[in-house]
Amino acid sequence: MAQVNQEISTEKSQTVLSSSKSVTLRISRSNPEIGAEEKFDEFVVPYEKYSTVLDAILSVKTHLDHSVGVRYSCRQASCGSCGMKINGKPKLACFTKIVELDSDVITIEPMDNFPVVRDLVVNFTRMFNNHKKIMPYVVSNDSEITPGTNVKEMLQTPEDVEKYIQFSSCIKCGLCNSACPTMAMDTSFVGPQALAQAYRYIADTRDHGKKNRLKIIDESHGIWRCHFAGSCSQVCPKGVDPAMGIQLLRSYLLGLRD
Amino acid sequence: MMIMRESIVMKIHYGTAIGAVFLVAIHIMMRMTQDFHESLEYENVIANYEMIGYAILLELILILISVHGFNGLRVILLEMRQGPLYEKGVTYGCIASMIALVAYGSNTIIKAHLGIV
Repeated sequence: MAQVNQEISTEKSQTVLSSSKSVTLRISRSNPEIGAEEKFDEFVVPYEKYSTVLDAILSVKTHLDHSVGVRYSCRQASCGSCGMKINGKPKLACFTKIVELDSDVITIEPMDNFPVVRDLVVNFTRMFNNHKKIMPYVVSNDSEITPGTNVKEMLQTPEDVEKYIQFSSCIKCGLCNSACPTMAMDTSFVGPQALAQAYRYIADTRDHGKKNRLKIIDESHGIWRCHFAGSCSQVCPKGVDPAMGIQLLRSYLLGLRD
Repeated sequence: MMIMRESIVMKIHYGTAIGAVFLVAIHIMMRMTQDFHESLEYENVIANYEMIGYAILLELILILISVHGFNGLRVILLEMRQGPLYEKGVTYGCIASMIALVAYGSNTIIKAHLGIV
């Protein structure tokens, strides 16, 4: 098995790269666990017009330095794993083409407002805890299909779906939390990701958890700490618009909507 | 650390801001009843305090701005640092400072109204 792996590795490293264009990647390297300070390593990699930043990072890992720490999975902006700061802005590496950046040097850093695990990999524990806290599921005493004769469907009109469908596109990539200025200061702030998801379920006509969810976010580090900078919506790769969700949630708490 | 629900605190925060804007606008417009520098002369200022309506207006401005300002300060301080003891200190500190400022200002308004100053 080890011999096969060695052969694959050798084969990959001998692959001829055909592109005539190349870009310099400045990749942040750090390992807080062993106290290694952040430094930048530079790699020159070839790219094609369809190459993404993730392709370039994987090219580095394959041909130049396999120790670069990066988290990725689907390569199609569905899993939310490859969020990172690319030329200073939080983006998905798999959803960012190199040509779009219009730069000969691409600086890649881990996302802000998350503890760094190693290199470009950050710890999502705080975000996932906040996400769980707002009860990200439909709260209902009725089951969708009751066993036996009383089969019941929870029907919704297209208008009902329209109220929350945009917010259900969240892939939990953490880019909104990374861009949020309040998250940078307030370590207890629940964050735009969780708040947008709170709105997603409150706006769902099948859900009966509104009262509890509003109570959870209506505390000193909850929804009221949002300054409406709007950067969360600007960086969202799925068009979720958390800033709008937060304003809509506030209207519930201010008694402007039922 | 929760004395009252944050939504109620923020409703008070927004309400005091709107109220203060209206009342301060009236207060500034009152300067236009005479020349600006004349309106700030000692006798005219004391005369304002002696009018019961104006004294109530000043008292309301004092309360609205104190409540709004100290809650704003509390919010800023809560965002700067976190921790149960710190947050408790900030909340009670801001409430105490607000009460102290309103008491001091009210004392001045009442004394001036009664002609003690």
